[in-house]
Amino acid sequence: MQFPTITSPHTARPNSVTRTMLWVILALIPGTVAMTWYFGWGILIHMVLATATAVAGEAVVLRLRARPVMPALKDLSAVVTALLMALALPPLLPWWITVIGVVFAIVVVKQLYGGIGYNPFNPAMAGYVLLLVSYPVDMTSWVPPEMLNPHPLDPLQTLSLIFTGQLPTGLDWDAVTAATPLDAMRTELDQNRMISEIRQSPLWGDFGGRGWEWVGNWFLLGGLVLLYKRIITWHIPVSMLAGLLVMAMLFHFIDQETHPFGLFHIFSGGTILGAFFIATDPVTASTTRKGQLIYGASIGVLVYIIRTWGGYPDAVAFAVLLMNLSAPTIDYYTQPRVFGHRDQGDE
Amino acid sequence: MSEYGKLVKEGLWSNNQALVALLGLCPLLAVSNTAINGLGMGIATTVVVTLSNGTVSLIRNWVRQEVRLPVFVIIIASFVTAVELSMNAWFHELYKILGIFIPLIVTNCIIIGRAEAFASKNPVGRSLLDGLAIGIGFTLVLFTLGALREITGLGTLFTQADLMFGEGARNLTLSLGDDFKGMLLAILPPGAFIGLGFLIALKNLIDRRATQTKTVPVSAAQPEPTAG
Repeated sequence: MQFPTITSPHTARPNSVTRTMLWVILALIPGTVAMTWYFGWGILIHMVLATATAVAGEAVVLRLRARPVMPALKDLSAVVTALLMALALPPLLPWWITVIGVVFAIVVVKQLYGGIGYNPFNPAMAGYVLLLVSYPVDMTSWVPPEMLNPHPLDPLQTLSLIFTGQLPTGLDWDAVTAATPLDAMRTELDQNRMISEIRQSPLWGDFGGRGWEWVGNWFLLGGLVLLYKRIITWHIPVSMLAGLLVMAMLFHFIDQETHPFGLFHIFSGGTILGAFFIATDPVTASTTRKGQLIYGASIGVLVYIIRTWGGYPDAVAFAVLLMNLSAPTIDYYTQPRVFGHRDQGDE
Repeated sequence: MSEYGKLVKEGLWSNNQALVALLGLCPLLAVSNTAINGLGMGIATTVVVTLSNGTVSLIRNWVRQEVRLPVFVIIIASFVTAVELSMNAWFHELYKILGIFIPLIVTNCIIIGRAEAFASKNPVGRSLLDGLAIGIGFTLVLFTLGALREITGLGTLFTQADLMFGEGARNLTLSLGDDFKGMLLAILPPGAFIGLGFLIALKNLIDRRATQTKTVPVSAAQPEPTAG
């Protein structure tokens, strides 16, 4: 019997920030392709724009802070921030809004707090919230998914719309944009319509909005890759989805006609992307295992609360920021017992 | 620099209550959403802090240590009431906008702080000047922050100037044009915190530049160590 002999050294390559970020970027690919398929070329244009802005902004601030520029750019964290933001932004958003958001994320939220590893808030989500609060109309104008879109724009038209605001002849804004499923559900529930009624619209698929649920699935695939590569652990995504699902099912069973089925919440908006790619940010999340469970579950519960009773249709960004704020406290109270020491309560 | 010049410089810059001492943040952050609101609040505060400083200084030798704080508060509250009533009479619209923050000047820590730290230990003239300088320094910060927030948030400057300067000032309002999409966050509370942070950073930067240019000639004047 022969065993394969591997020459020394047998140590595995240690994890590095660059490797982690590279895997996150790779894992985003399936979801990105799906979003481009369903929602058009705007996603890719914003990704390029956001990445360029983020890298330039990071380089400028690092020069101002008299820190070495290249190592910080090579760790790809600015690129990940930019990509996550671009995925969250509406595909036809004017270019300067994206630039403002990314500059705020990189310069104020990340670098002014000390750069990677020191930022208390998730830069991508803080930038997104800045834009959502500042430009509510532009930030809630999504495009309809591909199969429901009567006027899909080709790449050139999208480019011209984003950079010059010039719509193709014969179309107006209302023809190319639509509310997201979460937004539509919210508006119609406000008009006292019942869910069984609302769901008869062609906007809806099996669980969430058509197109959206498949985007969620592809992000889920990317998330599973991250789990498999041990870039993230299961604690935050699972507890976040569980928290959201438990809340949603609870209220669904109390009143089925005003609270959508639990999986609607899972497959709508940024839930999956948030659970696997955003809430798991190692800098701003809780670090202890028990803490991560509390952190994730609280995000899930908050997402449901803000979506249902809050002022904005989606809530992942707000929930993540609120829990970023609480992460140090959660960590403080969930320190694991050091081996050989007693629990504080035993004394 | 004369003693009085030093007082003015401290109040306006080196001991600016908003940028250095970080006092009075509640009104600073709450009403600095437009330049005119900031100016109105700043002037009201300046009047109160100057008059209260003068009065506290006048009675400083007759008030016992044990009861000084209640006495100061009563003095400050009297002036605030006077200011509030006058604003209600002559600047009624502005008074309605600033609302609760006018009576709350009583609780502004700048005023009790100057009464306790300065006016209760100094003669009347200096106390009055200190109050005036501190007040103007605070007003300048309020006004600058208000102007910045107004420009980024609304795309205008000096809206509602007529509330303060009368009907003739209606044309003072500058606008960046109707196409300008204001960044709403700037006129919401987070915008105040972020804006104040940038103002403090700017002040520190200017200070650092100033000390650098000051030290350069000194080091250049030092003789080169000669070999040997």
